[in-house]
Amino acid sequence: MDAKLDKGTEPMYDAPLRKTDVEANATKIAAKDVQVYYGDTHAIKDVSVDILDKTVTAFIGPSGCGKSTFLRCLNRMNDTIDVCRVEGLIQLDGEDIYDKRVDPVQLRAKVGMVFQKPNPFPKSIYDNVAYGPKIHGLAKNKADLDEIVEKALRRGAIWDEVKDRLDKPGTGLSGGQQQRLCIARAVATEPEVLLMDEPCSALDPIATAQVEELIDELRSQYSVVIVTHSMQQAARVSQKTAFFHLGNLVEYGETSQIFTNPVDPRTESYITGRIG
Amino acid sequence: MPVLWLILIVLALAAAGFVAGRLRVTTAGGARPHSLPNYYGWNVAMKVMVPAFAALIVWLLAQPFVVNGQVSGMITEQAIPEGSTLGLVMSDVRRVADGLDTAVSQGIMTHEQAGSIRAEFTDIRNRLGEAGVALGSNVSAEVLRAAQKYRALNATGNLWMTIAVLALALAGLAWGLKQAHGEFRARNTVETGVRIILLSAASLAILTTVGIVLSLIFNTIEFFRIYPATEFFGSLTWSPSFGGGSELGIWPLLWGTFYISLIALIVAVPIGLFAAVYLSEYAGSKMRAVAKPLLEVLAGIPTIVYGLFALLTVGPLLLSVFGRDGLNWMQAGTAVMTAGLVMGIMLIPFVSSLSDDIINAVPQSLRDGSYGLGATQSETIKQVILPAALPGIVGAILLAASRAIGETMIVVLGAGAAARLSLNPFDAMTTVTAKIVSQLTGDADFASPEALVAFALGMTLFVLTLGLNIFALYIVRKYREQYE
Repeated sequence: MDAKLDKGTEPMYDAPLRKTDVEANATKIAAKDVQVYYGDTHAIKDVSVDILDKTVTAFIGPSGCGKSTFLRCLNRMNDTIDVCRVEGLIQLDGEDIYDKRVDPVQLRAKVGMVFQKPNPFPKSIYDNVAYGPKIHGLAKNKADLDEIVEKALRRGAIWDEVKDRLDKPGTGLSGGQQQRLCIARAVATEPEVLLMDEPCSALDPIATAQVEELIDELRSQYSVVIVTHSMQQAARVSQKTAFFHLGNLVEYGETSQIFTNPVDPRTESYITGRIG
Repeated sequence: MPVLWLILIVLALAAAGFVAGRLRVTTAGGARPHSLPNYYGWNVAMKVMVPAFAALIVWLLAQPFVVNGQVSGMITEQAIPEGSTLGLVMSDVRRVADGLDTAVSQGIMTHEQAGSIRAEFTDIRNRLGEAGVALGSNVSAEVLRAAQKYRALNATGNLWMTIAVLALALAGLAWGLKQAHGEFRARNTVETGVRIILLSAASLAILTTVGIVLSLIFNTIEFFRIYPATEFFGSLTWSPSFGGGSELGIWPLLWGTFYISLIALIVAVPIGLFAAVYLSEYAGSKMRAVAKPLLEVLAGIPTIVYGLFALLTVGPLLLSVFGRDGLNWMQAGTAVMTAGLVMGIMLIPFVSSLSDDIINAVPQSLRDGSYGLGATQSETIKQVILPAALPGIVGAILLAASRAIGETMIVVLGAGAAARLSLNPFDAMTTVTAKIVSQLTGDADFASPEALVAFALGMTLFVLTLGLNIFALYIVRKYREQYE
């Protein structure tokens, strides 16, 4: 492993949340020879990838190629699926996240996730955002919590739209607003990595533009991994791109290089629209 | 002609019509018919069956009324013996008429004899005795004449019914066959027919409910004519005595119903809800496949078995702890606590099964969202899933409550029969339903307030559970979250 990784990291085994101090653009998540099985199906084959800190990484590829599955391995969301089995090594700041001593709940607080379909809880907008900070004990008192909620909603670029109706249900917002609320909700727990599974697929172009702008801003503090079906979106928001095909990681590199000068012929075919 | 034969003939006509209609269209040639051949067949069959059967049903329902009306007009005041009523004499008439039918079918009398026989000259009672028809008393001339008239009217009625039904069936056949040509839109007609059949099934269920309510209402009104409503709703004593002078206050019964249901819900709701949460959120698929049916076995146990369980097991068990040898709170095995506990056990699968379905209906995306934020399983359940499922769970609980209120057998066997207002859950009490049973069983005069009170009790219970169900629906609608 990269020597840089071991420096300045802290054990996360059931430890309370602490912000780790990692150098800019150091490797945040390192995956090595990852295999995922759904029952008998071999869904992910030999995927090795290094995801950098303070960088937006896009996963692209045709439907069913395993990019969402791989994304869900990064915060152990696949644990909730009975038949799913993960092999190989995935390290966050040098610590194996599939180690027995790792508490997946703590891990998910560090590696937040935003889903394809906006999924606000049936609670008020305020409570939606306050949910994470509350369960992780991030706020000492009400004023503290108010501040965290406001900060998260501002970072989610939705504060101005909802500040007058924080006590209204989150399900009453429009689709784009709901998705930005979900992003604010994920940001509120102060994660180090933010995983986004096709966050714009249910949104109209205007809402998509807002979310993309937001992703670009989030890059200053987090490592963002986004799964997308839209090549334009990948090109617009990401610095690194990984192309998946039939469970294999075909090509991984600088976004500009992948889109202008792909090495693998399959990547070129996909980008030019011949497969997928 | 017997009704069964009539039905078979109409069905045969319909089958023939189906084949003929189909054939007529397929062999007609020319342009392609509007609908598939089968639709023309169904159109004919429908037109044969629907009017014919409708007429048959209406006739069968109406004929007894018409005949009864005509025959009872023949019976004079003198023919009704002391202490009897017109209704009793009419049932005599029907028995004699049936007896004559039996005698004719056994060959003891000819058809003509049965029609012309006179009570003045023949001992009808003995003649019918030979045919195996036992009559309680000698048949008076007037009753015999009425019975003969009754037979004659019924025979004519049946004849005309047969003619009318067959005529309608044939007319339908002709009509349907005339329509069996290419331009006729048979498919749309059949569609309408199907809709009407489904609609009539739905309205039959609703009409039955209305009928039940009406019969309750009429008897309740009858009760309140002979017993003051202020007493019924105002008195705190329930002491019916069939000798008269009974006090029929509903409050002790309502209190018993409420108290037992409350204990049942206190038992059933937490256990049922926790079982549902375990089954839907924690249990693996194998565990779930075994545990859920096992839990639902509880729902399949007849309530009388629960009643026995209360009477023979739970009652003595409670008595050994709270009875004279223990805390001395309990006088006998039958008590509110006994019935409430057992009823609670009965309601567990009710609550758990409904809540389990409701919890499963909460979208997976909400769970993912919560886990994705680093919430534990119980945090997710407490803060996300249960709030989302709450309206449905409240609905399930209210449904269980209305089930508890209507439960009878467990109460009859487990709670005792004493109507009393007491706060001690180890006292014997009784409920509205148990009292309905005890007021209607036995040989009480059906016109007395002591028997009729059962209808007023039933009506009260109906209004209560209806109110509870409407409230449950209101809660479910009002607080339901909309997920697309």
